[in-house]
Amino acid sequence: MNQRRSVFIISCVAFGFAFLYIPILSMIVFSFNASKLVTVWDAANSPTLKWYRSLLSNEEILDAAWISLKVAVINASGSVILGTLAGFGLSRFTNFRGRFVLNAMATAPLVMPEVITGLSLLLLFVALEQLIGWPAGRGITTMTLSHMTFSMAYVTVVVQSRLATFDTALEEAAMDLGAKPLKVFFVITLPIIFPAILSGWLLAFTLSWDDLVISSFTSGPGSSTLPMVVFSKVRLGVSPEINVLATLTISVVTLIIVAVSFWMARSNRIERAT
Amino acid sequence: MRRTPWSQRFGLSGRGLVVLLPYLWLMLFFVVPFVIVLKISFADIDLAIPPYTSLFQWDEKNVLSIKLNLNNYVFLFTNELYFKALINSLKVALVSTLLCLLIGYPMAYGIARAKPATRNLLLLLVILPFWTSLLLRVYAWIGLLKANGVINNILMALGLIHEPLAMLYTPFAMYVGIVYSYLPFLILPLYANLEKMDWQLLEAAEDLGCRPWQAFYKITLPLSRNGILAGSMLVFIPAVGEFVIPALLGGPNALMIGRILWDEFFSNRAWPVASAVAILLLLLLVPFMMWYQGIQARESAGAR
Repeated sequence: MNQRRSVFIISCVAFGFAFLYIPILSMIVFSFNASKLVTVWDAANSPTLKWYRSLLSNEEILDAAWISLKVAVINASGSVILGTLAGFGLSRFTNFRGRFVLNAMATAPLVMPEVITGLSLLLLFVALEQLIGWPAGRGITTMTLSHMTFSMAYVTVVVQSRLATFDTALEEAAMDLGAKPLKVFFVITLPIIFPAILSGWLLAFTLSWDDLVISSFTSGPGSSTLPMVVFSKVRLGVSPEINVLATLTISVVTLIIVAVSFWMARSNRIERAT
Repeated sequence: MRRTPWSQRFGLSGRGLVVLLPYLWLMLFFVVPFVIVLKISFADIDLAIPPYTSLFQWDEKNVLSIKLNLNNYVFLFTNELYFKALINSLKVALVSTLLCLLIGYPMAYGIARAKPATRNLLLLLVILPFWTSLLLRVYAWIGLLKANGVINNILMALGLIHEPLAMLYTPFAMYVGIVYSYLPFLILPLYANLEKMDWQLLEAAEDLGCRPWQAFYKITLPLSRNGILAGSMLVFIPAVGEFVIPALLGGPNALMIGRILWDEFFSNRAWPVASAVAILLLLLLVPFMMWYQGIQARESAGAR
C-alpha cells in the first residue's frame, strides 16, 4: 500500500522536475548548435562556440547588460536598506499607528500585476516632472526607483520571516546590560539576520535584472535594459545568441545559489553547534 | 528577568524613524501613483506631452472647474473586446492555477516527505528556475513548440506524426508558459505548509482502517488548506494581468487584459484608456489581494 503510494508520488515529482528542466536543458544544448535555425541540430559543425563569440561582440546586448547591471546593483542595495527597516519594524514593533497600512503596502507589490505597477509609476514620474521638475525625463533613475519599490517588498518578507524565527532574548539581554537599541541592532540583530539580508540582496538584484514590464514603462530613450533588448529580439523570432545568454545566466545563477546555500548550511551548523 | 519589548526600548522617536523611511517611500511610490492613475482615467486623450488633458481648470474669474470625463469607462463597458479580454484573463488565470495545483501539489508533498538531505536538494531545484530570467525561460518554449521545434522534430522522427503540430501561438502554448513560469510560486508556500504537518496523524488514520486516499482527503488536504490558498493566490493574481507570456507564446488572438493595457499605452498612446483598464483590473483584484493577506496573517499566527 505504502509502496504504491510512494511510486505514484515519486513519478509525479519526477514529471514535475522534467517539466521544469527540459526547456532549460534544451537552451543549453542548442547554444552550442552551429545552425542559425536554432532548433535544427547541425551535427557536422556542432558543438561550436561561435554564438558565444558573436554574443560577446554584440554591442547592443553588452550596452544593455551594463545598464541592467547598474540598475540592479543600486536597486539591490537600496531595497535591502528599505526592506530591512520595514521588516524589522513590522516584526519587532507589534503595535504602532499605521502598522496595518505598512504591512499592506509592503506585501501588495508581491502580487500586483506588473502592468499596473509599471503604468502607475510612469504616471507618477510624469506628474512629478510637471509639478516640481524632478525627475527630469526618464531613464536609469526612474527605473531604479521603480525597481526598489517592488524589490523592497520581497526583502521585507525575507527579513521579517527570519526575525520571526529568532529569539528576542539575545537582544533583550544586551539591552538589559545597558546597550543602546541602535548598538544592539548593529552588534546583535544585524549579524544574526545577515544571511537573510544577503538573500534579500540577491533576490532584489535578480528581480531587477530580469524585469521587462516595469522597465519598459519607466525607461527613457537610450536606456534599454537587457530584458528589453531580448524581448524585442525574441519578438522577431528565435536567435541563437539568446540561447547563449540563457546558458550564461543559468550558469552564473546556479554557481551563486549553490555557493550561498552551502555557506548558509555551514553557518547554520556552526550556529547550532555553539 | 525583566523583559522589555523592543517597542518600549526604542521610545517613540526611534521607532518612528525606523519605519518612517519605508513608510514614506511606499506612500510616494506605491499609493500616490494609484491616485494619479485614477485621476488620469477621467482625463481625455490629447495630442500633447503628456498625452492627456488636465482635469482642473482655473478660469479668469477664479473659478476652479473640474472636468471628469467618464467616456473612457463608457468606452470600456460598451466595447465588447475589453469585456471579453477580462473574462478570458480570469479564465486563463483560473485554469492555470488549477493546472499548477495539479502538478505542484504532488511535488510539494513529495518534497516535504523526502529525507532531509534529498529535501534540500529538491527545494534548491525548485528555487533555481525561479532565479533565472522569466523571459529566457518563456523563450525556451518557443524553441520547443515551434513548427520546426524540438518537440515536433522528435515526434516526426519517431513517426508518431507526419506533419508538424501547430502548438506555438495557441492557447495551449500560453497555458504551458504560464504554468511553467508560476509553478515555483505555488510549490514553495505549499511546501512550507506541508513541512509543518504532523505525519503521525496519517499513520493513526491508516491504523484505524482509513484508506490512503481517504486519509489524504480527510486529513492532509484540509490541513494544507492555507498553503493551497496562499500558493493559488500567488499564481492567480499576477496571471490575470500577465503580459509577457501571452505576448510571446499566445499569438495575436490571445486576448489578455494585461496585453490590452500594454497596447493601449504603447501602440495607441491612449494613456487615459490604459489608466481606466488598470483601475478596473485593480478593483477586480483587490478582493483577492485582501484574501491573500488574510491567509498570510493566519499562517504566521499559526506558526507562532
